[in-house]
Amino acid sequence: MTLTTVRALPSRAPARPGGAPRRRPSRHRRQDALVGYLFIAPQALGILAFVLVPLGLIAYYSAHEWNVLAGTFRFVGTENFERLFTDPQLGGVLQATTVFSIALVIANLTLALVLALLLNRRMRGVGFFRTVFFSPVVVSLVAWTIVWGFLLQADGGINGMLATIGIEGPNWLREGPTAMASVVIVQVFKNVGLNMVLFLAALQGVPHDLYEAARVDGARPSTIFWRITFPMISPTILLTVIITIVGSLQVFAQIAVLTQGGPGTSTTVLVYYLFQQAFQFGKFGYGSVLAILLFLIVLVLTIVQWMLRRKWVFHEN
Amino acid sequence: MRSAKMLTITGVLAASAMTLAACAAAEPTAVEPEGPVDLRMTVWTANEDHLALFDSIAEAYMAENENVASITFDPLPFEDYTTTITTQIAGGNAPDLAWVLENAALDFVGSGALLDLAPTFEEAEEFDYDDLTDSATGLWRDGDGLYAYPFSTSPMAVFSNSTLLAEAGVPTAGEQVAAGDWNWEEVAANGAAVKAATGKAGFIVRDFEYQQWDLLSTVWNGWGAQPWNDERTECTMDSDEMAEAFEFLHEAAFETGAMPGPGTTADFFAGEVAYTVTQISRAALLGEAGFEWELHPLPAGPAGEYSVFGQAGIGVIADSPNAQAAADFLAFFTNPENSRQLAQYFPPPRESLLTGETLAQTNPLLSAEQLDAVVVDGIATGVTRPTIEGSAEIQQTVRSELDALWTPDADIPAVLTSVCNAMQPLIQG
Repeated sequence: MTLTTVRALPSRAPARPGGAPRRRPSRHRRQDALVGYLFIAPQALGILAFVLVPLGLIAYYSAHEWNVLAGTFRFVGTENFERLFTDPQLGGVLQATTVFSIALVIANLTLALVLALLLNRRMRGVGFFRTVFFSPVVVSLVAWTIVWGFLLQADGGINGMLATIGIEGPNWLREGPTAMASVVIVQVFKNVGLNMVLFLAALQGVPHDLYEAARVDGARPSTIFWRITFPMISPTILLTVIITIVGSLQVFAQIAVLTQGGPGTSTTVLVYYLFQQAFQFGKFGYGSVLAILLFLIVLVLTIVQWMLRRKWVFHEN
Repeated sequence: MRSAKMLTITGVLAASAMTLAACAAAEPTAVEPEGPVDLRMTVWTANEDHLALFDSIAEAYMAENENVASITFDPLPFEDYTTTITTQIAGGNAPDLAWVLENAALDFVGSGALLDLAPTFEEAEEFDYDDLTDSATGLWRDGDGLYAYPFSTSPMAVFSNSTLLAEAGVPTAGEQVAAGDWNWEEVAANGAAVKAATGKAGFIVRDFEYQQWDLLSTVWNGWGAQPWNDERTECTMDSDEMAEAFEFLHEAAFETGAMPGPGTTADFFAGEVAYTVTQISRAALLGEAGFEWELHPLPAGPAGEYSVFGQAGIGVIADSPNAQAAADFLAFFTNPENSRQLAQYFPPPRESLLTGETLAQTNPLLSAEQLDAVVVDGIATGVTRPTIEGSAEIQQTVRSELDALWTPDADIPAVLTSVCNAMQPLIQG
């Protein structure tokens, strides 16, 4: 619980009395600067090519109607943006996106924290269990989803297991509520290991003397968790919340493989809708507007969480 | 430091602006190449035998035409084929030639994306342009122009598993035909009997999977139903005929069990289904079938006998710098001699080759009688699967609305009304 502050060194010497001209940096310092720029150049070029330029192009395309087959590219001003307010499907899409994100964040973080608490102790086989829960993170996303797709079929493995105990399982991917629940569960099991490892690292960083002091004072386990553990790992909770929310807004492969947005439009989340509009229906202009909407949602959510961190993050290193 | 920051920001903005400008200015221009050209054709088959045949025809062409250095056949996944082609065109990586699905035919032909092939075909000495049948080329024509060669005109037919039907104690398809009972009602009744007796599936429409709803045209045509009027301006999914066709399918899926329900998979070619509706070109999958099978035309519906065929065209991308070289190659690729070779996999649109006897020479699994009944008659009297402009969005919209129909307690007329409510603005738009 230490607050470390590093004060930035002044970037240059104070101005000389009389405003004498500043000396040119020595050759040695220029070489140092050049090496520094070379080190960051790959990352800077990557951001330029794969973030900034596409962002600029998205803004450009959003003001145009591009008929790929006819080869026409027409300026339409704000027409594509106005369609946001008249699109009859967009409300349902945003609702599905919200339901998915909230369900995913709650389920993922709760399960990850519970697993981390269970596996943060010295017992035989703990390494094995940590590996088991983390292994889906390194499995190919599409392969993982395809296997789950087979398991969730009406006559698939899960309903087969339920049948052995006399339960008739639902048609998981063909009924609205169970389809959304299935997509959330598949995504939770895929990534819960990553958050679990982050929580494990945070839990192992909590000083033991705090727990000892609490036990000496007679604190109950639940009190210890809420008064010591939870505040001490709050920076990690903030990190995982941001990562999970941003990730949940970008879910695509699971929807494409498992439900194709159905039944109806019950699992059509914003990224999948964007893909449909731009690449399946050839409406690149409106697809670009949806991409901007997604970008703004992610940006606003991240800024809000970052601003709220002082209220619920107990300390920052 | 401030000047360095400004410099960096200016650099980034300038680079972005230049890229934007470059992209905006990148109008497709067809520049005639000077040397030998490389041609690329996108296809959706990855079958080794198909590709080997294509390569052998291409090699024969290149041996006589020095202006073509290479011809590549580029297989793309069928599920996302049209999306991938569109994305390639958008990304400036358009192929020179492309297979085009029938459901995207009007989008491609109407947009001007494809080169008019009629002048090239008419001039090509060995092409025999007048040999092409009107029924097979209708979808690809606009006025006097022909914008794709319908290289595969494959009738939808029914393959039946005689072993499974006998096991269930019901007549085989051949016996049904002989008794005059070759209709959907009897097929569904026998399918339900197979399900009850063996636990295996009665009948399926292959690849439908409760997603590709336009494949159900192989059923609803038997009821005289159509998804839209002839002018393609009005949705007719809510017609009485369509409602009756869907009631038949709904009953088979949720009451008698003749058709597997949503989310249940069954493969005819693995011996799991008594009847499957599919294209005749699937016969190749029966080479090592461990059961007795038959091939018949689609069963009659309440509106009588009918036929539906699926099509794929090969078009030349008009903006390709090698468009004329590609058109010349296509004229060779599909001339009568090569069409005869291709016919073993892809029924040709040529009158001279559309006889059971000719087709049987290259289809060892099928008899001349079967080919006459299914292919020759089917193409002569049949209709293509439904196609309309803006097909991708309409396909997705209708699929989404029809999901409500595939539940046990569905109100079928109400669902079909909502299908039309959703589809109509797209047709008018």
